Amino acid sequence: MSKKIMLLQGNEACVEGALAAGMRFYAGYPITPSTEIAEISAEKLPKVGGKFIQMEDELASMGAVIGASLAGLKSMTATSGPGFSLKQENIGFACLTEVPCVVVNVQRGGPSTGLPTLPAQGDVMQTRWGTHGDHPIIVISPFSVREVYDMTIRAFNLSEKYRVPCILLMDEVVAHMRERVELPEKSSIDIINRKKIKPTILDYKPYMDYDGDCILPMANFGEGIPYHVTGLIHDISGSPSSDQKVTKTLLNRLMSKIYNNVADIIEYEKIYTEDAETVIVTFGTTARSVLRAVCLLRQEGLKIGLLRLKTIWPFAHMAIKELTQTPVKNLIVAEMNYGQLMETVKASAEGAFSVYGLNKYNGELITPQEVIDKVKEVAERA
Amino acid sequence: MRKELQKYFRNDKLPHIWCPGCGHGIITGAVIRAIDNLNLEQSKICIVSGIGCSSRAPGYMNFNTLHTTHGRALAFATGIKMANHDLKVIVLTGDGDCSAIGGNHFIHAARRNIDITTIVFNNSIYGMTSGQYSPMTPKGAFATTAPYGNIDRNFDLCKLGQSAGATYVARGTVYHVPQLIKLIEKALKHKGFSLIDVVDICPTYFGRRNKMGSPVIMMEKIREMSITAKTAAKLSPEELSGKIVIGEFCEEKAPEYTKEYNKIIKKAQGGNQNG
Ligand SMILES: Cc1ncc(C[n+]2csc(CCOP(=O)(O)OP(=O)(O)O)c2C)c(N)n1
Ligand code: SF4
Ligand SMILES: [Mg+2]
Repeated sequence: MSKKIMLLQGNEACVEGALAAGMRFYAGYPITPSTEIAEISAEKLPKVGGKFIQMEDELASMGAVIGASLAGLKSMTATSGPGFSLKQENIGFACLTEVPCVVVNVQRGGPSTGLPTLPAQGDVMQTRWGTHGDHPIIVISPFSVREVYDMTIRAFNLSEKYRVPCILLMDEVVAHMRERVELPEKSSIDIINRKKIKPTILDYKPYMDYDGDCILPMANFGEGIPYHVTGLIHDISGSPSSDQKVTKTLLNRLMSKIYNNVADIIEYEKIYTEDAETVIVTFGTTARSVLRAVCLLRQEGLKIGLLRLKTIWPFAHMAIKELTQTPVKNLIVAEMNYGQLMETVKASAEGAFSVYGLNKYNGELITPQEVIDKVKEVAERA
Repeated sequence: MRKELQKYFRNDKLPHIWCPGCGHGIITGAVIRAIDNLNLEQSKICIVSGIGCSSRAPGYMNFNTLHTTHGRALAFATGIKMANHDLKVIVLTGDGDCSAIGGNHFIHAARRNIDITTIVFNNSIYGMTSGQYSPMTPKGAFATTAPYGNIDRNFDLCKLGQSAGATYVARGTVYHVPQLIKLIEKALKHKGFSLIDVVDICPTYFGRRNKMGSPVIMMEKIREMSITAKTAAKLSPEELSGKIVIGEFCEEKAPEYTKEYNKIIKKAQGGNQNG
């Protein structure tokens, strides 16, 4: 088979990746800059026997996605700021009931209706804490069209593996940008499916940690094993409980299934960090400008490095710890917001570095020149 | 209860949370009897609910059961039915769950005519949160949030459902149980969106606040107020006021949503083959 080379938009790559991962259900409500994901899904899903539905709002879309996933289909929805706010209620339901699903959030300027057609990275904290209560969640963020494809597959894989909602955090630029991409052979793509029940299990307890790894096997509705699912705190049988021990055990397991596996879940990329004095921490589209700036500064002989977070949550504390083994003195956190990720980086640095923010929130990308200026400013201050 | 019906319950989850005299158990029992009468396959039934006293019913019922978020049961149910149309999907919901916070999902599910049976436990009050007025609380009635009497006008859920596109619509009550079972059977057999508005009682909050007396008296009141849809057709609006009209309001054949979507799949795949 010849290699598949295509000129793809980020949103198109997202649907291609989702289909390659096995998406067979999409429910959504249109919103810029995510709408193409719905439109392309509407066209492509029925071709592979999948289902698309445009729901009456984002609350309903998120509910339908969870319902379809419980009935056995890999399911996704996509939205942007205002819609992402509405999805939070049922994202929390999926977290607690452990129903796999993928939620794409193509960020635009906020708050409220904000800047519908312009990029921002203002939802970093909302992806982590948007729904109420302590809950586990995985958030990953791509910086190129090819990475949108790969990360959409990864989002499905992580969500199926850990039975947790996985949020693909994009922004307007990566969603609408077109790039020439070479898609991998289907046979070379790793696909992970939810853990099935062993046939030896006769009396299925839907929330029992059979394997002791905090990750539960899942029966799909309609496969012949009736069971109960509730958004109330529940015991191993799935029934509501307000017992203190049951509550604590459940919440601990939900957290452990993610935090015991950070080595598998967290991905990041380090460039020129070994000898760098200043490292720029960034993610998503902003990383493109930073990468350019780092290359230019290196040509000038400045010792600059880049730490690009591919997984945003759980946060890559180990990446920050690794930097303490290098000559790095300064961290600059570049993001299109008021400094949401910077607070976490600061906490993670525990005073080991001086942490500065490069923040822009006017609907424009951070440019390479702005990165260069910031680096020089920091160098002078230091 | 007949012994043969035990298999439909999660007996180890009893006793239930409902107050003595609550009507919710009667409706739950009617749903179970209708399922049994129709001999439906237990593992192919999926019961979905929202939040409220009524929405706790599925927890006691031995099927694929899903207790979702407040008002959203129909959205989840739509995803389930789309994903697997072999499942018989039933939504159990309260009057508040269905017509207030879930009102938008309700009219849109009806509009699509998706094959889901929705049974509303209509006790005219928010029971679970201890007695605030719902969109089904009659004008003039008292509730904790209507201490001077309710000025909101209530919905006629059957009219609302029918005008939104539901293709089987009926009303029953917790007093007329044999009729209720028959109506649920018909709704379950119907191919399309079916709605049964069940007039129910909440003696604890609606009953006490409105000085209605014991659950038995509340049931008697339902009997007194009820008239058939046929009789109602001959009455003037004045004569109808204060009456509960029970029976079937519509039974229509119309394209069902998941069947229509299957045609889309055929169309899309046909297009594929032709390049
Ligand atoms: C989003 C949200 N808002 C409010 C509530 C609080 N709440 C729980 S049940 C309920 C009303 C339920 O009334 P109804 O649907 O009529 O059921 P009933 O208890 O009367 O059977 C409310 C307001 C909630 N759980 N979730
Ligand atoms: S509060 Fe009302 S609706 Fe709830 S269980 Fe008690 S009687 Fe039933
Ligand atoms: Mg009620």
